[in-house]
Amino acid sequence: MLRDITLGQYYRTESVIHSLDPRVKIVATFSFIISLFLVKNFIGYIIAGLFLVFCIRLSKVPPKFIFRGMKTIFFILIITMLFNLFLTPGIPLVTFWKFQITKEGLKLAIMMGIRLVFLITGSSIMTLTTTPNNLTDGLEDLLKPLKKLRVPVHEISMMMSIALRFIPILMEETDKIMKAQMARGADFESGSLMTRAKSLIPLLVPLFVSAFRRANDLAMAMEARCYRGGEGRTKMKPLVYKRRDAIAYLVIVLYLAAIVVLGRIFFT
Amino acid sequence: MSIIFDHVNYIYDEDTAMAHAALIDVNLKIPDGKFIGLIGHTGSGKSTLIQHMNGLIKPSGGTVYFNNEDINAPTYNKKNLRARVGLVFQYPEHQLFETDCFKDVCFGPKNLGLPQKDVELRAYEALKQVGLEDDFFYQSPFDLSGGQKRRVAIAGVLAMKPEVMILDEPTAGLDPKGREDILNLISDLHKKTGITIILVSHSMEDVADYVERIIVMNKGRVAFDAEPKEVFRHVTELEEMGLAAPQVTYCMKELWEAGFDVDTDATTLEEAKNEILKALGRC
Repeated sequence: MLRDITLGQYYRTESVIHSLDPRVKIVATFSFIISLFLVKNFIGYIIAGLFLVFCIRLSKVPPKFIFRGMKTIFFILIITMLFNLFLTPGIPLVTFWKFQITKEGLKLAIMMGIRLVFLITGSSIMTLTTTPNNLTDGLEDLLKPLKKLRVPVHEISMMMSIALRFIPILMEETDKIMKAQMARGADFESGSLMTRAKSLIPLLVPLFVSAFRRANDLAMAMEARCYRGGEGRTKMKPLVYKRRDAIAYLVIVLYLAAIVVLGRIFFT
Repeated sequence: MSIIFDHVNYIYDEDTAMAHAALIDVNLKIPDGKFIGLIGHTGSGKSTLIQHMNGLIKPSGGTVYFNNEDINAPTYNKKNLRARVGLVFQYPEHQLFETDCFKDVCFGPKNLGLPQKDVELRAYEALKQVGLEDDFFYQSPFDLSGGQKRRVAIAGVLAMKPEVMILDEPTAGLDPKGREDILNLISDLHKKTGITIILVSHSMEDVADYVERIIVMNKGRVAFDAEPKEVFRHVTELEEMGLAAPQVTYCMKELWEAGFDVDTDATTLEEAKNEILKALGRC
């Protein structure tokens, strides 16, 4: 059941996308997300969708694996779509009792749904093809200019990499604790909301105890190796741009251009 | 009354690039009242195997029967099954959560829907059975030593009065004294209550003295399933699996090779002593 959460997980395989520089992937993901908010018509979504399919194919991650992560946000998706569907003013299409569905609402709901699905898919491609370490390395490098403004960039990225690293560990731990309590007859799946919330106590207490213990151990281990922040710290594998990264940047620029230009042409 | 595995297969992460088989065509019959050792190297599939026994994992193929009923049938009552097939996981930290030991042990029987009085009676009995001193009953389980935590964890499952009790590496991380204490405790439980016990371990030394039958797992398959003496005859195969026979077996083998007339099947220290004395003509 917990294995269904693919958010922040890394899918190990060899592909062009996997071997790209993490900075490229971060920039690409951000560009993609921004492009989704620029798009105002269906042509734009088709281009974005094609780009997404292209990336998924290149990444060699089975689509099944990507969409398994979608299950967890299904509810948010449905609620967002329903709100847009019923609460947008405009030309009414269907009216019953106090609710009415408008033409604008229908259009907005569909667009919002597509946008959310694309958003999640786009960012999961990044996390699925980049190891947490690489991801934070890339982020640290991209945020470097902020150092001049006294933003603790290294510390932030270190915290992020630790947090990301611990997601799978804690998930596995949760799975084990759940099983240990289920072996004692615990039931996490039935009952009213209140009993269900209560049934989480036997799961959360051991989980928190273990998380604190792990945090403590990690702090000790870091201290034992004289960790003292980012000052004067060098990298074992510094990030270097290669030819394929330049090509990838070019592809991103082309994609953004296509979205903007085609959007304009069909909009006017 | 027994647990039967009929051509059971299990594949982790099916349909992904990480897919790998944890169990391959496992056929087993575990009759009532036995004391069984389940041995295998890390990653041999022993933990996966035991989680099939109380329905925590559903097999990818094949069937698991408990008392002649398919435990994965949609109508089968899994909660009832888990009360009858108790499973104690390796780390007590994964299950202890209450403010004191007594309350923690109450958790299992409470989940069975018993009246409060019965719950407390069972918890008290179970804690007595595992030999926890009364002083610790109302202490936080997090303040206990490793061995005591393990006792509380075992009591937590014992309080559900299972017919089969599975213990996953109950001696991991304990010092030699604590190890012996826990193993003696389990052995006593078996003798007194007559329940089936499955002891999971990667150490032959641990199980050799106690169990009646050993199941050896290797790379997801059952490699051996026989009496300890029979299993220990295959020293070379065991070593290839990253396991070893008990030291006594090696010792007896070397004595035999050196020309002493001893029985190399001796697996426990006691048997070995008698054999050596016999060979020396002292008794």
